[in-house]
Amino acid sequence: MADKRTTVDDAVAELRDGMTIGIGGWGSRRKPMAAVRAILRSPVKDLTVVSYGGPDVGLLCAAGKVRRVVFGFVTLDSVPFDPHFGRARENGDVEVTEYDEGMFGLALQAAAQRLPFLPTRAGLGSDVPRLSPELKTVCSPYADGEELLAVPAQPLDVAFVHLNRADARGNAQYLGPDPYFDDLFCLAAATRFVSAERVVPTAELTEAGPVQSLLLNRSAVDGVIEAPGGAHFTTAAPDYGRDEIFQKHYVDSARDPERWPSFVDRFLSGDEAAYRAEVDRFAAEVAA
Amino acid sequence: MSDVTRAEIAVVAVADLFRGDGEIVASPMGTVPSLGARLARATFEPDLLLSDGQAYLVDGDGTVEGWQPFRRMLDTIVPHGRRHVVMGANQIDRYGNQNISAIGEHRRPAKQLLGVRGAPGNTVNHRTSYWVPRHGRRVFVESVDVVAGVGYDNAAKAGAAAQRFHDVHRVVTNLGVFDFDGPDHVMRGVSLHPGVSEDEVAEATSFPVDCTGAGTSRAPTGEELHLIRDVLDPEGARDREVPS
Repeated sequence: MADKRTTVDDAVAELRDGMTIGIGGWGSRRKPMAAVRAILRSPVKDLTVVSYGGPDVGLLCAAGKVRRVVFGFVTLDSVPFDPHFGRARENGDVEVTEYDEGMFGLALQAAAQRLPFLPTRAGLGSDVPRLSPELKTVCSPYADGEELLAVPAQPLDVAFVHLNRADARGNAQYLGPDPYFDDLFCLAAATRFVSAERVVPTAELTEAGPVQSLLLNRSAVDGVIEAPGGAHFTTAAPDYGRDEIFQKHYVDSARDPERWPSFVDRFLSGDEAAYRAEVDRFAAEVAA
Repeated sequence: MSDVTRAEIAVVAVADLFRGDGEIVASPMGTVPSLGARLARATFEPDLLLSDGQAYLVDGDGTVEGWQPFRRMLDTIVPHGRRHVVMGANQIDRYGNQNISAIGEHRRPAKQLLGVRGAPGNTVNHRTSYWVPRHGRRVFVESVDVVAGVGYDNAAKAGAAAQRFHDVHRVVTNLGVFDFDGPDHVMRGVSLHPGVSEDEVAEATSFPVDCTGAGTSRAPTGEELHLIRDVLDPEGARDREVPS
C-alpha cells in the first residue's frame, strides 16, 4: 500500500502559475489554512481560486496570488466581511465568477461525475447569468419543457482540504458536525491533497467516529499532510473551535494597510512551525 | 402594555410571517428573525423545524432532532421547497429584488458585500421574506445594483421555471410590514408599527409605497411578551438590532 504522506511545502511545490485550485471548508470553517500559508510562501501566481470563501480567499488576494475567484460568498462567519477580499474587489485587482451557493456545488458535482453540466432552477431571474454571460440554459426534453440553468462543470487542477483524521494512504475523516463539500472538491480535481490534524493507523479511524464520518477514501487522495492546527484560525471542531481572538487580530490588521505588513512579518514570513510558535506567543500575550 | 418596544413589535411581526407554514424548515437570518421564528414555534407554529446555525436541527429546549449540513440544505432542502427563509438585504426595490452581493458596478464595486450567497436559489424555490432593521432610502432603492434575490418582475422575465415556485412573501422593517400584492406586484404597506406614519415610510423609501390600506402592526400578547423577555431573549439582543 502506498504511503502518501508528504509535507505542505512539497504539495504546494506542485502548483504552477495559472492553475485552478479548489479550497475546501466553508467560510471560516475547517479551511486548509496550512496549505494556504504554504501558497503564500511560494512563488506561484495567477491562480483561479474556487472556494466557499473565508480567510483563504482574503489572504491569497492580499498576497497577489489570485487572478480570478469563483465564489458564492466570502465571509469570516463571526465577522461578515474579509477586508482583503473587499479591497481586492474594490480596487479591481481580481476577476470574479459569482455563483449562487447551490450552483457552486453543482459545478463541482458535474466535474466529479464527468458531466458537462447539471441543471438547476437556482440563478434564473437573478444577475448571476448577466454577470457570467457564458452561462447557458437547457430545455427539459420531457413534456414539462422547463428551461433551466445549465451549470457548467468546474474541474480543478488541484484541491486542498483539511480534515480531522487521515491515514497514510489517504482515507480521511471529519469528526465535526458538517462535511461541507470536501469530497466534491477532491472528486473534481486532478490532484488532491488532504491535510489532517493527525495521521493515524487505519484502525483508529473507526475508533474515533462512526463509519459515515469517513468522508474520503484513498482513491480520491494523492497526498496526505499531517498538519496539527492546520485549520487555524478557522474551526476544526471537535479538535478546536475558531480562534476568535486571533481572527479579530487578523481582521483588524487586514483593515489597516499600515498594520498589515507587521502581521505578515510576524505570522506569515516563516514556515508552518514558525506560525504555530508565533500564534502560541500571541495567545500568551493576550492572556497576560 | 404601553411599554412594548419597537423591537418587540418587530419580533412579533416576524413570527407572524411563519403563520400557517406548518412542518417546514424556517431559516431566519439575524437576531430579530431568529427570535420571531422561535416565538412562532413556541406559540402558534409548533411544528416548525429550526437550525442551530450550524449543522443541527434543534427543538425548543435545544434537543437535537435532525442533521442538516450545508450540502443537504443546498442539494435537497432548498430545491425540495419545504422551507421559508427570512434573509437580510442591503438593497430592495419595489418588486422585491434584493442585493447582498455588492454596491455599485459589479466588475469593480464601490463596496463588496457578502456575495449572492443562496439568495438566487432560495427565491426561485420557496417562500422568502426579508428583514430590514433600519428602513431607509439606502436600502429601499429605485433599482438594486445586483439582483441576488429575485423579485417579481425578473422572475416573470426569466420565464415559467423561475416563476413556478417563486414566492417573495413579505418584508418586515423597523417601521412596518410590507408585501408585494400591489399592482404588478409592487410593494405596499400591510401594517405600520404603532407610532409610525405613512409620511415616515414615504420619507424612508426611494419609491412610492401605497400604505392606504395598511393597518397597525399588532402588539404582542401577554404570553408572547413573557416569552420574548424572559425565555427567548433575556439579554435584550433585540434592542441592539432595533434600538428604541
